[in-house]
Amino acid sequence: MRGLALRTVVLRRAGRALFPPLSLDVAPGQVVTLMGPSGCGKSSLLAWLCGTPDPGLGGEGRVLLDGEDITGRPPERRRLGILFQDDLLFPHLSVAGNLGFGLRAGLSRAERQARIAAALAEAEMPGCAARDPAGLSGGQRARVALLRVLLAEPRALLLDEPFGGMDAGLRGRFRRFVLDHAAARALPVLLVTHDAADAEAGGGPVLRLPG
Amino acid sequence: MRLPACLPVLLLVGVVLLPVLAGLAGTLMPAFGHLPALGAQGWSLDPWRRLLAEPGLGASVRLTLVSGLGATALSLLAVALFCAAFHDHPLFRRAQLWLAPLLATPHLAMGVGFLALAAPSGLVARLLAAPLGWARPPDLATVNDPWGIALMLGLALKEAPWLLLMSLAALNQIPAARLMATARLLGQPAPLAWLKAVFPLVHRQIRLPLYAVLAYSLGAVDMALLLGPGSPPPLAVLPVRWFLDRDLAMNLPAAAAATLLLALTLAAIGVWHAATWLAARAGRRWAASGADFGGSLVRLGGLLLPALLLLALASLGAMLLWSVAGPWRFPDLWPHRLDLATWSAQREGLLGPAGATLAVALPATALALLLVVVALEAVARHGSAAWPWLLGLTYLPLLLPQTGFLFGLQVLLLQLGLDGGWPAVLWAHLVFVQPYVLLALVAPWAALDPRLARSAASLGAGPLRVLCTVKLPILLRPLLAAAAIGVSVSVGQYLATLFAGAGRFATLTTEALALAAGGDRRVLGVFATLQAAIPLGCYALALQLPRWVWRRRAGLRAA
Amino acid sequence: MSLPRRTFGAALSGLAAGLLAPTARADETPAAVPAPSLWDEVLRRAAGQEVNFHAWAGDARTNAFIAWAARRVEALHGVTLRHIRLRDTAEAVARVVAERAAGQAQHGAVDLVWINGPNFLAMKQQGLLRRITGELPNFILVDTAGKPATVTDFTIPVEGLAAPWRMAQVVFIHDSARLPDPPRSMLAMADWAAARPGRLTHPNARNFLGATFLKQALYETVPDPAALARPVAERSFTLLTAPLWEWYGTLRPHLWRQGRTFPESGPAQRNLLNDGEIDLMISFNPAEAAAAIADGLLPATVRSYVLARGGIGNCSFVGIPFNAAQPEAALVVANFLLSPEAQAEAQDPRQLGTPTVLDLSRLSPEDRRRFEELPRLPGMLTNAELGVPLAEPHPSWMTRLTAEWERRVAGNGR
Repeated sequence: MRGLALRTVVLRRAGRALFPPLSLDVAPGQVVTLMGPSGCGKSSLLAWLCGTPDPGLGGEGRVLLDGEDITGRPPERRRLGILFQDDLLFPHLSVAGNLGFGLRAGLSRAERQARIAAALAEAEMPGCAARDPAGLSGGQRARVALLRVLLAEPRALLLDEPFGGMDAGLRGRFRRFVLDHAAARALPVLLVTHDAADAEAGGGPVLRLPG
Repeated sequence: MRLPACLPVLLLVGVVLLPVLAGLAGTLMPAFGHLPALGAQGWSLDPWRRLLAEPGLGASVRLTLVSGLGATALSLLAVALFCAAFHDHPLFRRAQLWLAPLLATPHLAMGVGFLALAAPSGLVARLLAAPLGWARPPDLATVNDPWGIALMLGLALKEAPWLLLMSLAALNQIPAARLMATARLLGQPAPLAWLKAVFPLVHRQIRLPLYAVLAYSLGAVDMALLLGPGSPPPLAVLPVRWFLDRDLAMNLPAAAAATLLLALTLAAIGVWHAATWLAARAGRRWAASGADFGGSLVRLGGLLLPALLLLALASLGAMLLWSVAGPWRFPDLWPHRLDLATWSAQREGLLGPAGATLAVALPATALALLLVVVALEAVARHGSAAWPWLLGLTYLPLLLPQTGFLFGLQVLLLQLGLDGGWPAVLWAHLVFVQPYVLLALVAPWAALDPRLARSAASLGAGPLRVLCTVKLPILLRPLLAAAAIGVSVSVGQYLATLFAGAGRFATLTTEALALAAGGDRRVLGVFATLQAAIPLGCYALALQLPRWVWRRRAGLRAA
Repeated sequence: MSLPRRTFGAALSGLAAGLLAPTARADETPAAVPAPSLWDEVLRRAAGQEVNFHAWAGDARTNAFIAWAARRVEALHGVTLRHIRLRDTAEAVARVVAERAAGQAQHGAVDLVWINGPNFLAMKQQGLLRRITGELPNFILVDTAGKPATVTDFTIPVEGLAAPWRMAQVVFIHDSARLPDPPRSMLAMADWAAARPGRLTHPNARNFLGATFLKQALYETVPDPAALARPVAERSFTLLTAPLWEWYGTLRPHLWRQGRTFPESGPAQRNLLNDGEIDLMISFNPAEAAAAIADGLLPATVRSYVLARGGIGNCSFVGIPFNAAQPEAALVVANFLLSPEAQAEAQDPRQLGTPTVLDLSRLSPEDRRRFEELPRLPGMLTNAELGVPLAEPHPSWMTRLTAEWERRVAGNGR
């Protein structure tokens, strides 16, 4: 069974459950949107899914990815990609360094450079390989952040309000950019957002978490 | 086999706690008459009787309290008033830069320079000699005075910059600008607004450094020997003098004296705590009363810290000048000639101690960094399973007077056959370096955005790779700063080297103190200058290296 | 190389340990080492060894002399001499005592220690020293008859437990530009201080030089000088020292800082003289004035003199503890210190300027010439001017005087 699946996932803080047991399926290429008021646990859910739960938060339930149970796996072996509101590019690495961070080991140097160059071309930033991330514009940084995630070849994509903090025009363009790439790779996408327009652009089912 | 998550923290704390506890036991037991190695068994109050029979004990205690509490209070006052008066000055935020030379200089070097400045035949008196027509130095005890004022000032010279640094770090974590804006809009002039709105929050954060400053001021033997009176001496000197007495039976009263100092330190911390509570109550009343006069007074008081800093800088300069001076009698303001004769004469005598100093400082700092990084990483990874609450115990050596446990430690090392060697000195230094390194790294580590590690993990990097390729490089600046602090602490150690090294390990500090008795100020200046140069070099490196490494990374280049 | 040394050391230590049962009597000492005919064997074993020489490091010139000696023994015998710098000799004594208490009968930290006076008495009484002078070839050159201080340290017979290496005698140094005619006795000093207050001081009595200031006054004020040669008795102490404390009581308010603070050591006192804070100071080295002028530590107008009744003189020794790790090398160093080469170097006013312990008439003509060719610097005293030194009192007097002084000064002083 392909795609991302959650089975009776509950997050607890000090024994108290944040929301009722959650089960959902995200098919490859599908976008499932999670919405809800602040503090309902959306971002915490994503953190828990990644394998890096917030401190003080306990969770139960199962996570299945392409049929495999990845619930107990360490974060680096879950093959889940995550995008945050801040691009979180590593400030000490160049653009190429950031992009190449998630490339699996075992590739030859030429192969790595080729893939990075291809990604830069996708982002319409050819020749920016050696640039300092702090010198890029907001939009460029966001694109590099997405491509960094995609170069790691994840099998699902988690989006933690990645379009917040952008002005209206950039928001729309970047949203299109992300969803197009996800669809091209047939990745299941779990999107957490406040914005109804995001949910609409996703086109998939919308789940509302109670507060 | 998976190691338990609490192991790194246990190791970190154990390295520090084991010697301290063993040392405390080794000091408390003889204080009450039990020292089997000397044939003293069982419970006895004779050591205390001998201690109380010491002439001038009351004066010693009073002197210690005055200089210790006074130095701490003076430093705090100076820092608070300075921040209140100058917090919006452009140089304020870059204070770390111009404070660096003062922070890097070990206490002893600062004390030596202060002596050269404030002694009746020192530079200050020489400045006054011309207008006042003095042919001889005035007969005033400006240093080694029986009230401990010189000792208090000498301690404050070094402690005020350090408290300022801690306050700046605390300010980074407080929404100071917003609080200030709110308070000023409510009608308070800027300095008063700072004192009423921001200072209480800052004070809460620098509690631990304040206690450390208090404990150090009460128990510092090297400064007491240098600037305090000889008879009766500050209390910290008594245990050391008696431990080293040729009559071994004096070990028991020495342990009693060390216990007294320990009790005094704890009592002083308690007194300080109570005084703070009272002052806080009065302060809250003042803040709520809406009174807005006194702003100009605060501004004036803000000049206290710059005056102290100027004094400290002048002390450093005086020390440097003495090291290159030819014959220099009162009342000459400038030496007859400047040459490097003293330096070249001391060259051979400098190499050994300098090498020994580095041979301990560098490995101790490296080891401390390793242990602290591993422990902090374990806490970040495993949360409460790594027992983070134990970390607070690492600060114990900072809150106890050194004489309280160093002698017991020496007895332990002697019985293990380890004393006098490099490993023993290394361990003794590590006990003091580690808390400071931890103190310096805790805040930057916690301030690191956890989502960076999360992103890296989701990109497929295992925990070790995340640590080495993401966390540590981003933390380069705090790591180097912590290393500089560690080296500075190690270079400045006197008692630890003396006891653990059984007097056979000669570092620049032990040599300088031995020479302080020898009286040739030029040689003393040479040793003190070199002693200060090592941490200064490390500080300079810690400031410059990140700038060079991140020369093409704007995100990390900013201080 | 290591095996024979360990056997030798083990034999000695075993002998020592056997004699030093925990309940040993205070005066028992280790058995004497073999006769001088084994000196070549000692030299052979000493080559390549390292000696930890624990010596007071408060005087830069002495430190330089020890560094010179280290170079010489390295060149001559292949022995490495490490100068362990002490703030106070008692530290080394305490170290050996602690090692004995911990049962460490071999590989002690102290190989050679510079001691005399109460420190020597403590080590002798607890049986911590080896008997060495019988083994040192150069010991026959020592002037034991003309300089009794070389075999009797502060009235305690040395009995070969330590080897002499330098003499000392109390002199007073004054700045002739500011004080052309200094007082020639301790009693006159009190009168002078009353007339010119704040121009005189002495080191803290815990320092050996400060205690000697008191001892010098004691010689002039005690009713019965012969009592000083005997151990101090508590009953008679009060009686015998009453005039001393009376004199001191009149002196103290007129001292520097009104007698409330004292310099911690001789060199600290020297700084005061240099800066003009005082005009007169006590010293143990007759050549100190000349050396200080040459070093730029005192103005060129200082001169030294001896009190009319004579200055206390003593001898400094080196001892080898019972558990020294490298006893052969320590013996070689002790012997070198007694050699004419080292003694001439020490007496050279450009180095130390301390009087020699040797009897010049027993030296060969070339060696004697070393001494005769030594330069005479301004400010130095001739042997005639130095005169015959006063003997040191029993060490217990020094300890008792210091304790009583501390009680009076620290107890009611502020």
